[in-house]
Amino acid sequence: MEILFAIAIGILSGSGVWLLLRPRTFQMIVGLALLSYAVNLFIFGMGRLAIGKAPIVAPGAADPALYADPLPQALVLTAIVIGFATTALLLVVLLVARGLTGTDHVDGRESQ
Amino acid sequence: MSLALIVLLPFAGSLCAAFLPANARNAESWLAGLVALTCMVSTLALYPQVAAGGVVRLVAPWLPQAGLDFYLRMDGYAWLFTLLVSLMGVLVVIYARYYMSPRDPVPRFFSFLLAFMGSMLGIVLSGNLVQLVVFWELTSFSSFMLIAYWYQRVDARQGARMALTVTATGGFCLLAGVILLGTMAGGFDLERVLASGDSVRAHPWYPVMLVLILVGALTKSAQFPFHFWLPHAMAAPTPVSAYLHSATMVKAGVFLLARLWPVLSGTDLWFALVSGAGLASLLIGAAAALFQRDMKGVLAYSTVSHLGLITLLLGMNSKLALVAAVFHMMNHATFKASLFMAAGIVDHEAGTRDLRRLNGLARAMPITATVATVAAAAMAGVPLLNGFLSKEMFFAEAIFAGERSLLRFGLPALATLAGVFSVAYSLRLIHQVFFGAPAQDLPRAPHEPTRWMLLPSVLLVAACLLVGIFPARTIGPALSLAVQAILGTETPAYSLVLWHGFTLPLLMSVIALAGGVGLYLLRYIYGQRATGAAPLRAPFDGRRVFDLLIVAQHRFAERMVRFASSRRLQPQLFLIVCVAFAVAAIPLIPNGLGRGSAPLTPIDAVYVLPWLMGCACAVGAAVQAKFHRLAALIMLAGAGLFTSLTFAWFSAPDLALTQIAVEVVTLVLLLLGLRWLPRRLELDDPDRRSRQARLRRIRDFVVAVFVGGGLALLSFAVLTRAPRDSIARFFTARALPDGGGHNVVNVILVDFRGFDTLGEITVVAIVALTVYALLRRFRPAPESIDVPRAQRGGAGGDALAFDPAALLPAGGLAIPAVLVRLLLPMAALVAIYLLLRGHDAPGGGFVGGLVMATAFITQYMVGGAMWVEWRMRIHPQFWVALGLTTAGGAGVLASAVGRPFLTSLGADIPLPIIGEVHVGSVLLFDLGVYLVVVGATLLMLIALAHQSFRSPRAAVTREPAGS
Repeated sequence: MEILFAIAIGILSGSGVWLLLRPRTFQMIVGLALLSYAVNLFIFGMGRLAIGKAPIVAPGAADPALYADPLPQALVLTAIVIGFATTALLLVVLLVARGLTGTDHVDGRESQ
Repeated sequence: MSLALIVLLPFAGSLCAAFLPANARNAESWLAGLVALTCMVSTLALYPQVAAGGVVRLVAPWLPQAGLDFYLRMDGYAWLFTLLVSLMGVLVVIYARYYMSPRDPVPRFFSFLLAFMGSMLGIVLSGNLVQLVVFWELTSFSSFMLIAYWYQRVDARQGARMALTVTATGGFCLLAGVILLGTMAGGFDLERVLASGDSVRAHPWYPVMLVLILVGALTKSAQFPFHFWLPHAMAAPTPVSAYLHSATMVKAGVFLLARLWPVLSGTDLWFALVSGAGLASLLIGAAAALFQRDMKGVLAYSTVSHLGLITLLLGMNSKLALVAAVFHMMNHATFKASLFMAAGIVDHEAGTRDLRRLNGLARAMPITATVATVAAAAMAGVPLLNGFLSKEMFFAEAIFAGERSLLRFGLPALATLAGVFSVAYSLRLIHQVFFGAPAQDLPRAPHEPTRWMLLPSVLLVAACLLVGIFPARTIGPALSLAVQAILGTETPAYSLVLWHGFTLPLLMSVIALAGGVGLYLLRYIYGQRATGAAPLRAPFDGRRVFDLLIVAQHRFAERMVRFASSRRLQPQLFLIVCVAFAVAAIPLIPNGLGRGSAPLTPIDAVYVLPWLMGCACAVGAAVQAKFHRLAALIMLAGAGLFTSLTFAWFSAPDLALTQIAVEVVTLVLLLLGLRWLPRRLELDDPDRRSRQARLRRIRDFVVAVFVGGGLALLSFAVLTRAPRDSIARFFTARALPDGGGHNVVNVILVDFRGFDTLGEITVVAIVALTVYALLRRFRPAPESIDVPRAQRGGAGGDALAFDPAALLPAGGLAIPAVLVRLLLPMAALVAIYLLLRGHDAPGGGFVGGLVMATAFITQYMVGGAMWVEWRMRIHPQFWVALGLTTAGGAGVLASAVGRPFLTSLGADIPLPIIGEVHVGSVLLFDLGVYLVVVGATLLMLIALAHQSFRSPRAAVTREPAGS
């Protein structure tokens, strides 16, 4: 499973970086979204992969070895929500820039 | 205690003055005057203590870890300067009350003036060198504000900028020098530094330290080669020139040199640098003063010259010269301030300070003329005035300064020459302005000012006379206290009397007086017009050097920016990606990224299916994002779905829930954005097949493969290594006992790390408001303004025309419209359920909020924004505000029982039927999160959706805008 997980991160981030370097604003937004999936998965993976060990503790003394690492999960959870908010901000900034400059090129003008 | 009062009261007064209304002209004058008077009286009250040889001290801890105390220390020398600063403060405030025009914002003036006074008092009373530098910088800043007081004038802005650049650069050097000095002496407090003079002078770093400190002192005192800022600072209001640029601030440099004299002086380097700078300033300033057109210009250059005299005295390595220097500091302050005040009066009453236009004012303003004449005579060194005494002492020192032949004859000759210049410019100033035929074309008819405006200058001139005639009985005791404070037991014998007999210094004075008169007559007879620039000055023009340096810096910065940066985003992003890759790769590669030793989890065939889908979607989105945006968007959502499934698979139910809910709102968001993007068809693209474009794509592909491959390798390397012990164990172990919740992730979010979450929802709220604000002024591109084809007529009907009374929205979505209306309460129920159970089971405020927002958005999507809003106003901004208040309130709740902010409080409440229920402040906090998420999501999406209705109207009413 680890191999699949790592390859998925690689493909998501590779696609994201490819799009990030493209000239159109929409490509950049999609690229950032893909890159944020990859980064979220990466951070989540730092807690190692565990199946069937959701960090929902049973009553009584909790043995940390029985549960997946909750810390990266908490970090990623807020990252997901903030990621949405910043994507929205970026989208609106790019839309406004397009209205002002008349182009959807990331530089605000068509390349020569 | 009164020391703290002396330093802090002006700052407090400054704050008060800043808040006074702009027309309260008398209130702030009274305030400033009383503050200055209080400082002065407190200083006088300390005289008996200081006169008895005591040092008044006040020590408070400041930065104990750095060995620094806030240390105020008043000995005789500091006392004399404190008195000078506060007394001048009183006089200048009185003068400024009548000088400043009520049309100007006078409270600002007094506020800065008081701030300056506090800083200056801080310098003279500092017993700690680092603290002294802090106050030193404060004087630079308040001086900047005061010079730029009439900031609408170009010369004021330029002068202020130049003064700040020069003095602040000097202050920076001073700080470096003081740190070196403190390191050499083993401490920063003045007494320790003063006691370690021998070891400091023998230290190998002494020359570096000396140069740094001298740069600080010489820039402040406007000494050659940094003297050029002072004439430009004359753009300040005249009370500022009288206070800062003659009596106090420019004295800070020479004050410091005298303060550190026992430590720093006594070496050849000191002699060469200090007296060299002093002599150059003395001569250049005096010569330049002779050629100024502006009264204040004459005074500014003469200040440079007189400060040069003081610096020269300090540089002579002689104790008697030090006495003369301290004496001249006081004398110069009195006559120069009164001359500045007279120049201001002339400017105020005649409307100009131009020496070529002014003439014969003595008839219209006899008192001013008398006062100015006496002060100028003191400046020229006429007997019976204080300037004469210190100049005599200077001449005497110049004679005995050196044994070498060049110095032996050169220095007295140059000193006499400076005296000649000084007499000539003083004479010129008085004669041009006050004598001769009365000028006819003045902007105003000159007359005597009000009595109160004259008073300060009259008092100062009286002081000049008193000190000049009875030196021993007036300034004598204070001067001897000051000198003893510096030199201690080694104070030399000196006599403060008017008549020393027929001596060489007297001869020099006579030559200077006669020569000065002769020089002026020559110049007057030949009628050389004042040109504003002294012929001598050209090769030493610091101003040119300063300007050249500034221009060179700008050019260099521009070139660097052009070389190192780009306004284009693509190269920037390319560099960022490459650098990020390199930063990660360089430390990792040598240590190996191979497989670790931990066992692998066996591959589950069921997971392979979504995995394949996710990877294919990611690649597909990357390929299609340019020409098939909708397809790319759907595939992006596919990749998101895969991410969510992965979270679910690997024991992260909360993440899976949040991811899928976010996926929905992101998709809606981007769909709303699509409408405003330009059409782009693959066939239209001209440069798609060009060689350059192809090369760029190959380059980017390589980068993408490297980054993706690197991240995959890194992830694999981490995943196959056993986890290190982290704080995660603590969270898992303590979640239930301390946090009272079974869901550890949620407990971390709302309890353990609640403060982070509070910050995060605040960010979300700010972003939502920013999006809203940006869209309020949204101008779509011209070709996107038309209603899209899909919304025009056809099956969907006209989206803009709606019938508010209709039970269902018009169009082909009647059945979904019924269904989503039924869905809303159900969705709300699910959202609340997720919120409530979040502490113990997957869920929580984030997920709940997103579900609720999705339910609202579905209404919009199916019914159309107008139709929905006709029936229900959501007001998302209230949700956001309420949410932030609730979350913050839940945090504040803890302080009600005396616990720190955001401590969770809870209790188990038994309820009938339901049983025992745990209620806590964390639930309230999570409710706040929920409300913020609902509000922020809706605020952004609805604002974006509304643009479709706004733009057709906007296009009609605002046709020419932008095009």
